[in-house]
Amino acid sequence: MSSTTASTSDGSSPSAGASDAGPVQHHILSVLVENRPGVLNRVAGLFARRGYNIHSLAVAPTEDPRFSRITTVVDVASSPLPQMIMQLDKLINVIEITELAPAEAVERELLLLTVSAPTDGRDQIVEQVEVFEARILDTGHDALTISLEGEPTKLDDFEELMRGFGLTAVQRTGRVALPKLTQTP
Amino acid sequence: MSQQMDGGQALIKSLEMEGVEVIFGLPGGAILPVYDPIIDSPIRHILVRHEQGAGHMAEGYAHATGRPGVAMVTSGPAATNIVTPLADAFLDSVPIVVITGQVPTTALGTDAFQECDTTGITQPITKHNFLVTKAADIPQTIREAFHIATTGRPGPVLVDIPKDIVDPRNPASAMEWYWPDSVDLPGYHPRTTGDPAAIRAAAELILASERPVIYAGGGILKARAAGALRELAELVDIHVVTTLMARGAFPDSHPLCLGMPGMHGNYTAVTSMQKADLLIALGSRFDDRITGKLDGFAPEAKIVHVDIDPAELGKVRRPDVGIAGDCRLVIEELIVAIRELGGAAAQPDRQPWKSTISGWQETYPVTYSPAEEGELLKPQYVLEQLRDLTPDDTIVASGVGQHQMWTSQYWEFNHPYTWVNSGGLGTMGFAVPAAIGAKVGRPDRMVWAVDGDGCFQMTAQELVTAAAEKIPVKIAILNNAYLGMVRQWQEMFYEERYSEVYLSPDLPDYKMWAEAMGCVGMRVESPEEVGPAIEKANAINDKPVVIDFRTDSREKVYPMVAAGRSNDEIMVDPTLNQGGRR
Repeated sequence: MSSTTASTSDGSSPSAGASDAGPVQHHILSVLVENRPGVLNRVAGLFARRGYNIHSLAVAPTEDPRFSRITTVVDVASSPLPQMIMQLDKLINVIEITELAPAEAVERELLLLTVSAPTDGRDQIVEQVEVFEARILDTGHDALTISLEGEPTKLDDFEELMRGFGLTAVQRTGRVALPKLTQTP
Repeated sequence: MSQQMDGGQALIKSLEMEGVEVIFGLPGGAILPVYDPIIDSPIRHILVRHEQGAGHMAEGYAHATGRPGVAMVTSGPAATNIVTPLADAFLDSVPIVVITGQVPTTALGTDAFQECDTTGITQPITKHNFLVTKAADIPQTIREAFHIATTGRPGPVLVDIPKDIVDPRNPASAMEWYWPDSVDLPGYHPRTTGDPAAIRAAAELILASERPVIYAGGGILKARAAGALRELAELVDIHVVTTLMARGAFPDSHPLCLGMPGMHGNYTAVTSMQKADLLIALGSRFDDRITGKLDGFAPEAKIVHVDIDPAELGKVRRPDVGIAGDCRLVIEELIVAIRELGGAAAQPDRQPWKSTISGWQETYPVTYSPAEEGELLKPQYVLEQLRDLTPDDTIVASGVGQHQMWTSQYWEFNHPYTWVNSGGLGTMGFAVPAAIGAKVGRPDRMVWAVDGDGCFQMTAQELVTAAAEKIPVKIAILNNAYLGMVRQWQEMFYEERYSEVYLSPDLPDYKMWAEAMGCVGMRVESPEEVGPAIEKANAINDKPVVIDFRTDSREKVYPMVAAGRSNDEIMVDPTLNQGGRR
């Protein structure tokens, strides 16, 4: 069991049962794990067998090659969240779990999408690419592949706009996040 | 001084360094190289007849001794055969280390002969598992496996060992021996000492309570906290219920002991929890077999919950005070805090509560109706005889079902580590191998297994192991010719439509089967034969004994709280006031 720094660890005990569980919400968990084979499987398997829904998941090594960071967005009501964190904390390869409240974190996500764009009808799309500061990565005779990096809500907006032109493929990385830095010394 | 070794030698040497005295196992292709150095090791190896037996023996050994049990089997089907004991040990927090062979690292993932994804299969049912890929990692991994299995909340750990890293004919097995002086587990720091503020808050709740009950679970035994529990209970003069996993953690003969709560708990244990204003849960986990319908469980009770596993606090029932920590350490601190707050003198007068409890005990004892002339034996009578004719510190193992509940109800457990059973997983067939493991760990004690006829048929082959290894366990089969607990549910909840539960009392012939396996076999059909047969079995110390007790299939386990019902709806023996007796 490792140290847990969830925003909910205020000393109060989690409540049980679904009746007072509250609405299902996105929660961002930043999970520091040992960089070993099979660790992602352990984390994902725990979520699956205890019935927690993963909305998105991003994994990559950290500044220390012994550790990786899993940034996951889970859909869960607020009250089962501490139980979920404590179960996660029992995994031997999990070092630390931090719940990142959206207001206290910087988040980024990457979106790739391919949108229908006949050569004579691309102007509106290109205009939106400029407004959103997206990039055109690949140009075909009747389609464009565009990338956009930014806050997930911005990506949502851009994806919705592009939908109107006819999307043929969408791929998102899932968000990564780090806590906001303090401004005072 | 460096010493060159192969990985197989290093594995056995690592087990020796961990103080392992016995391995329960069965060799096969992938684990073959590890079996060679066993010949030269002081570690005793017990050759089982089925890998499931090895796992339950390791569990029985751990239950009885508190030391980690060790099982070793080969890859593929051997690994899958030991899945059940791993799941059993996981749910009952039993410290065992299971070593499995695996196909060579070069063949992993190719669907090789006897390959299966052992670490994948066992991931959700082990506390942790390892796939070792380098011979040099073996000592470090074994050290860590034992550390994880035995610290914090104990549990099973599996170590999967590919053949090439232990095979002296393969260069990949070459290594230089070392023994690590520490573990490298940056994410594993079980907290053992409780939060002092929470302990003080718990002490205050205890001293203010008018109707408190201590709800002692298996964590008391895991934490070696039976002595501390008794000191606490006596200090504050509070009654104790002992769950199925905690039988023996508090002496049944103690005036404060209320016995087992839960689905087949006695009326007083169940009802005292229901009516309590404070439950002091120590190493227990509010299992559904204890709470019954959760909404209706102990509705007026505040909860103090102590557990080594923080995830248990609030998992089922929100505690008013939750304390993550080792039960023994926390209870000791709780005693100090209670004394500082004035001790028992600071408590309200609990005489009305005590009178209520003793009233329930008088009105609703656990009873049964003795057999009439010509009827088959009553299983409860057999258990009373067995209890009274065996030493007080006898270790008793059981399978799962009616016989298990009757044993828990009718045995008098006065010593910790005398009750070995499968609580969480409910593994039929647990008794015979678990009793063998317990006897190997405690050869000084008499060990009886109480088994059902259905259970016995699942793992009886391990009596061949016991006979060959001269492990003199004694098995009492309560043979009612049925899958008795299933029959009971069909009788009570399926309108007596008995579907696929009849087994026959005579097929197999248990006496002949026992004899064929190198045991002494007996059959007992009348009450006057029961005592003499038990005494005859007690006197046999060079081979296992099996007694086939022919019992009444109509007998049901009472009291009972039906599944999904509130504990307030407990059903007692319908013949309670018609001459039934305890």
